[in-house]
Amino acid sequence: MEKDKLIIGGHEFDSRFILGSGKYSLDLIKAAVENAGAQIITLALRRANSDVDNILDYIPKGVTLLPNTSGARNAEEAVRIARLSRELGCGDFVKIEIMRDSKYLLPENYETIKATEILAKEGFVVMPYMYPDLNVARDLKNAGAATIMPLGAPIGTNKGIVTKEFIKILIEEIDLPIIVDAGIGKPSHACEAMEMGAAAVMANTAIATAGDIPAMAEAFKKAIEAGRTAYLSGMGRVRDRASASSPLTGFLRD
Amino acid sequence: MSEARIDHMTYLPDMENIGSEIQDKVIAAMESYDPEKYTAEDVRTALEKDVITPEDYGALLSPAATPLMEEIAQRAQAETRKHFGNSIQLFTPLYIANYCENYCIYCGFNCHNKIHRAKLDYSEIEKEMQAISSTGLEEVLILTGESRKMSDVEYIGEACRIAKKYFKVTGLEVYPMNTDEYRYLHECGADYVTVFQETYNSDKYETLHLAGHKRIFPYRFNAQERAIRGGMRGVGFAALLGLSDFRKDAFATGIHAYLIQQKYPHADIAFSCPRLRPIINNDKINPKDVHETQLLQVMCAYRIFMPFASLTISTRECARFRDNSIKIAATKISAGVDVGIGGHGDNERKGDEQFEISDGRNVKEVYDAIKAQGLQPVMSEYIYL
Repeated sequence: MEKDKLIIGGHEFDSRFILGSGKYSLDLIKAAVENAGAQIITLALRRANSDVDNILDYIPKGVTLLPNTSGARNAEEAVRIARLSRELGCGDFVKIEIMRDSKYLLPENYETIKATEILAKEGFVVMPYMYPDLNVARDLKNAGAATIMPLGAPIGTNKGIVTKEFIKILIEEIDLPIIVDAGIGKPSHACEAMEMGAAAVMANTAIATAGDIPAMAEAFKKAIEAGRTAYLSGMGRVRDRASASSPLTGFLRD
Repeated sequence: MSEARIDHMTYLPDMENIGSEIQDKVIAAMESYDPEKYTAEDVRTALEKDVITPEDYGALLSPAATPLMEEIAQRAQAETRKHFGNSIQLFTPLYIANYCENYCIYCGFNCHNKIHRAKLDYSEIEKEMQAISSTGLEEVLILTGESRKMSDVEYIGEACRIAKKYFKVTGLEVYPMNTDEYRYLHECGADYVTVFQETYNSDKYETLHLAGHKRIFPYRFNAQERAIRGGMRGVGFAALLGLSDFRKDAFATGIHAYLIQQKYPHADIAFSCPRLRPIINNDKINPKDVHETQLLQVMCAYRIFMPFASLTISTRECARFRDNSIKIAATKISAGVDVGIGGHGDNERKGDEQFEISDGRNVKEVYDAIKAQGLQPVMSEYIYL
């Protein structure tokens, strides 16, 4: 098989697992990254803003930082956080997270499009977190997004890909890497996303709340690789019903 | 008492009235809440649900739930970890003045209590903040007694400006004020406002708050809403458990926060869980029937009902309870606490304390205790926007 690379904004990655960092103890980050084989790690910029126990000091060198704009409630705030992130030396990648709802933390699609347009023009590699809506995904692409990151289920719920049918449409229609973000609760969910043709999977809570974090990181890695390989292999059809041999059209041959 | 008591439900001049839509709903819900009507079965049913309704929340706070505390704590812990991961936020309160015009019979700062009164000037505030900041803390909660005369809005605003130089996050626990005043303090750097309603039973409230602005129940009740309208990012709620029927008060506190969140979904929601403590010149005050089990029950009920809300554990509680509560439900803990006026830096203690604290550990000790439990102390997760 040819080398299978994930390409985001012109950058190549071998791993298709994006690791979230926000929920576990800092001393475990290194082991989680290594066992996950992750090359991209997200972090809330508001967390990287601390002088004591700064998360940036715990992330292994060579891993691409994907700062997110969590805490932003509109496009303007997201843009400010992204610019601050660049000033702090966190690079040009940015995951846009805009929420106007403290309960479900659902993304605000409209403001996300506005922020994407501004930041893409400023040279950021923009990876917007969004509610899977085809029209919005098209607008995000036109606004200069490098990937689209639809949610599988509300953040932290571990419910799996409950928006499956809509994510399938995005995979079908949008010519950008589709990265399933949020809701992925176990390795089998991640595998399912990859089998569907997602370009990558992002997970945080599922690993952070595991009993053995490094081991769960590894389990996810394997599941994502399995799902990707299955997708590339061209999966056989799975049928719900047994098929009779031409009971309806057999007469055509009579 | 020689002073005539004013009607506690009528706004005074200059108090902004934004209506009582949420207050009416909260009071109605509290009045129809009967903690005695629930059975263990109701509690188990509630615990099995994905989304907890106000009715389920009532069951979790009921006496029938107390014997099921282990199951409740398990569910609370799962919610806490799901929403907050291992993070535990650290902060400290800074009392900048203890002058007070209110007469609240349970509070050490009340205007009839003969204590040492004081107010820090700006250079003293700065010294205190420098000292706190040097411990590594990045969040400060500014408190005053409730005296508009001695601690006016400008004075508090200047304290916020100084705080901005040393801290990433500034919260306020001061007297309730109007929307434009909250807007001013937000511009000065404050982003979180906590107001304790003390008790949601307005008849009881009337007998406890005999004089001062605080006597006006609805003005205090609507403070969080005015703060949000003034641009504050988050608001905190609390009943002082033990003043009245603590189950009903906790129920009302939760419903209050729930309705504010529905109306202002972007606002950050926080709970505090204070119990009554002895005060100077009155060491007989005790939180009646609110023992540690009941306190933990209230904390878990807040957590399960509003799993995304921040929950602060007070230094009123002892180290053992606090360290265990962050394993289960609390997500925020104070450290290096002094509830008097002055005393953090080289400043000498100028004014007396509001209440007795039970956990006098410094920042390093609390930090280490959090780490020892496999949790992650977080000084700030915040950018002022």
